Amino acid sequence: MSSTEKYTHESYLEHKGKYKGLLGWLTSTDHKKIGLMYMYAITVFFLVAALLGLMMRIEKIAPGPTIMDAQTYNGVFTIHGVIMIFIVVIPGLAAVFGNLFLPILIGAKDVAFPKLNLFSWYLFMTGAILGLFSQFVGGDPPDTGWTFYVPYSAESSTNVIWALSAAFILGFASILTGLNFIVTIHRMRAPGMTWFKMPLFPWSLYATAWIQVLATPIVGITLLMVIAERVLNIGFFDPALGGDPVLFQHLFWIYSHPAVYIMILPAMGVVTEIFPTFSQKPVFGYGAIAISSIAIAVVGYFVWGHHMFTSGISYWSRWFFSFLTFIVAVPSAIKVFNWLSTMYGGKISLKPPLLYAISLIFLFLIGGFTGLTLGALATNIHTHDTAFVVAHFHYIIFGGMGFAFFAGIHYWFPKMYGRMYSFRWANIAWGFLFLGFNVLYFPLFIIGLQGMPRRYFDYLPQYQTGHVISTIGAFILIIGIFMMISNLIYARKKGALAGPNPWKGVTLEWKIPSPPPLENFDEIPVITHQPYFFGDTNDED
Amino acid sequence: MFSGASNMVEGVDRAFAFIFITAIVFIVGITGFMIWTVIRYNEKRVKKAKQFTGSNTLEIIWTVIPLILVMVMFYLGWIGFAPMRNVPDNAMKVKAIGRMWEWQFDYGDGKLAKELVIPVNQPVKLELFSEDVNHSLFIPAFRVKEDVVPGYDNYLWFTPFYIGEYEILCTEYCGLMHSGMTTKTLVKSQEDFDKWLSELPVTGIVPDHAGLVLLKNTGCIACHSLDGARLVGPSFKGLYGKTQNVMANKELVSITADDAYIQSSLINPDGQVVEGFNKGLMKSYEKELSNEEIQKITEYLKTLGIDQQ
Repeated sequence: MSSTEKYTHESYLEHKGKYKGLLGWLTSTDHKKIGLMYMYAITVFFLVAALLGLMMRIEKIAPGPTIMDAQTYNGVFTIHGVIMIFIVVIPGLAAVFGNLFLPILIGAKDVAFPKLNLFSWYLFMTGAILGLFSQFVGGDPPDTGWTFYVPYSAESSTNVIWALSAAFILGFASILTGLNFIVTIHRMRAPGMTWFKMPLFPWSLYATAWIQVLATPIVGITLLMVIAERVLNIGFFDPALGGDPVLFQHLFWIYSHPAVYIMILPAMGVVTEIFPTFSQKPVFGYGAIAISSIAIAVVGYFVWGHHMFTSGISYWSRWFFSFLTFIVAVPSAIKVFNWLSTMYGGKISLKPPLLYAISLIFLFLIGGFTGLTLGALATNIHTHDTAFVVAHFHYIIFGGMGFAFFAGIHYWFPKMYGRMYSFRWANIAWGFLFLGFNVLYFPLFIIGLQGMPRRYFDYLPQYQTGHVISTIGAFILIIGIFMMISNLIYARKKGALAGPNPWKGVTLEWKIPSPPPLENFDEIPVITHQPYFFGDTNDED
Repeated sequence: MFSGASNMVEGVDRAFAFIFITAIVFIVGITGFMIWTVIRYNEKRVKKAKQFTGSNTLEIIWTVIPLILVMVMFYLGWIGFAPMRNVPDNAMKVKAIGRMWEWQFDYGDGKLAKELVIPVNQPVKLELFSEDVNHSLFIPAFRVKEDVVPGYDNYLWFTPFYIGEYEILCTEYCGLMHSGMTTKTLVKSQEDFDKWLSELPVTGIVPDHAGLVLLKNTGCIACHSLDGARLVGPSFKGLYGKTQNVMANKELVSITADDAYIQSSLINPDGQVVEGFNKGLMKSYEKELSNEEIQKITEYLKTLGIDQQ
């Protein structure tokens, strides 16, 4: 590996616009630079929230106060959740890899509205910074949990309004990104790229974008209503003012359940790109995967009530929401079977992106099946609001979306920067991440089944063994995260040149130089094949 | 998991068992297949990837089989849950009060306890009441949980099968001391429970006696005080059982204020007027009060009677 090598073309990274340096980045409407700016911001927030998570685990290594008091703990889990959900996971894959690769994958020079795209990033940063302010301005950091349940969030004396405003503004960034992607996908596909010749990551982004546009306004207005309740004493939700606390839960989850699909659909899309490339084989069941994304997006709207099975909603509401929850499980299962069949019969190259992608399948299976436990009415009663739920959604969100992000960054890194990372270190980091992840979260299933509630600062002594194991896992996981990031930062500076197509991929991003030039394509490609057509490349071997 | 501490355990754990066994079969099977695929079709072993793109038969198979399995899970979840909403008529009712950050159990008549004490094999219905924010009452061993939401009449019920001690936890985040909002369920034999309840001191608000409610609603206490003060009519305090002089048929006679006297005073007030008070001020309550209601008023007046002073 030679660190002095330089690629010879001018890429988007070197392109000089009107301004130089940082200002050049901050005013760039290039979708790739915006994608990178999202990635850098999200990485910083992810590390902050991950370290807060580690602090929570250290606190729980023993019953009673260990390194912080109860109020601090409640503040820490609140900001951990707010950052992870609203700043990291919801924008995460769509804003980073969607921005970086959606236009390239469909053969376009940029998104439909590049300036609006940059504006979304500014909204995102404004919301994120407001979220940080909530920790430092005036009174105490918010302590409501990221779910902001009323009446507590209407009564807590902490900086709840700052956190609500942050989430509100972040919601707008999400809506505008979704709108941009919908128009981009409808209007800017390359000639010949019919809907069913479009790669599957854009398909998943399309399904995601509709959820962002249709569902996010609901949580926006709901958060505003809580602000109005706090500031103006209007009784929407607080029974002390004549409101209905369960109404808040409905409105909150009408958005926040589909938001889970905003997180996981692009994750499924990313690994759907990875399996064919590393198997040198067309994706199995293209149509089934595309349609199942849409099915998840549509049915996913009607399952929010499963977050409220114990809230006192009626018997038949519970029946209905449980039934639909099981229906929405099926398209996810279809995707898993199709991924496996994509690998079957292929020529598999177990490089780091595939390693992350197949470990995602394993983690997603555990997350999915424990989700069925939570979807069934009887078992939900026992596991609702326990550590079991915490373990379940970390398996889905971190094991699914997080590992998809890791898979995606290892997959597209050589395209983004034109340089390759060390496979050896990427594999070692994966070992720490995968081991740490399971040691951290699996014991929470066990103590959750034993009755350990979530959001507990203190706990009864019978749960300690599980907590201690979990805390050990958190340290292993954090080591893995820093190892992975160090490897990538080193590669960014000193990695060997990757060349345009290190993985022998066939989608459009692999047909342009690495890193891509400013406008991606010298000439807009004309699409004649299915997106995963390996016929030509395979013959060379 | 299968200790069966309450009647809800079996249905819940049956659903758990089915879902977990299915999960293990699929997770082990799929992961095993995945690892085998990665080894068998590794680039070191194969020269060329096969280029097939799908199979409608397989898509149908792996749509239908998961659909059937999840419908079984849904069904087991439903039938395990259904009895939780179907409270038997003979259930003992206890009001469970959640407030930041403690539980309180109201057995009626002002009897309040910090722990839930219940008799074994007796269905118990907990009527959930929140004084402030959302809470959630969770008894892991009994597989019951329901949120305690202000303004909502939520409930849960169960029948405990064994004498013993079980944790009660709050599972809806409720602020600073959320994790400290725990207490215990003590399941006792019926005799021990009865003894415990009879010895439980009255510390809460005792609801008004039905007779007092009638006195208030009928307007009696506008003229008859409960504390001995002289108003338009004689006070009820120390009345029952008292021997006193009354004007009957323009004659001063001595009578004892007993059931018959109270009855006649309500129906024909001017018949026997206590010495020192005027006739013609009180109307007959024959039409307003039934005999049962007069009985209740009498019972209440006994509690204020001369024997009680």
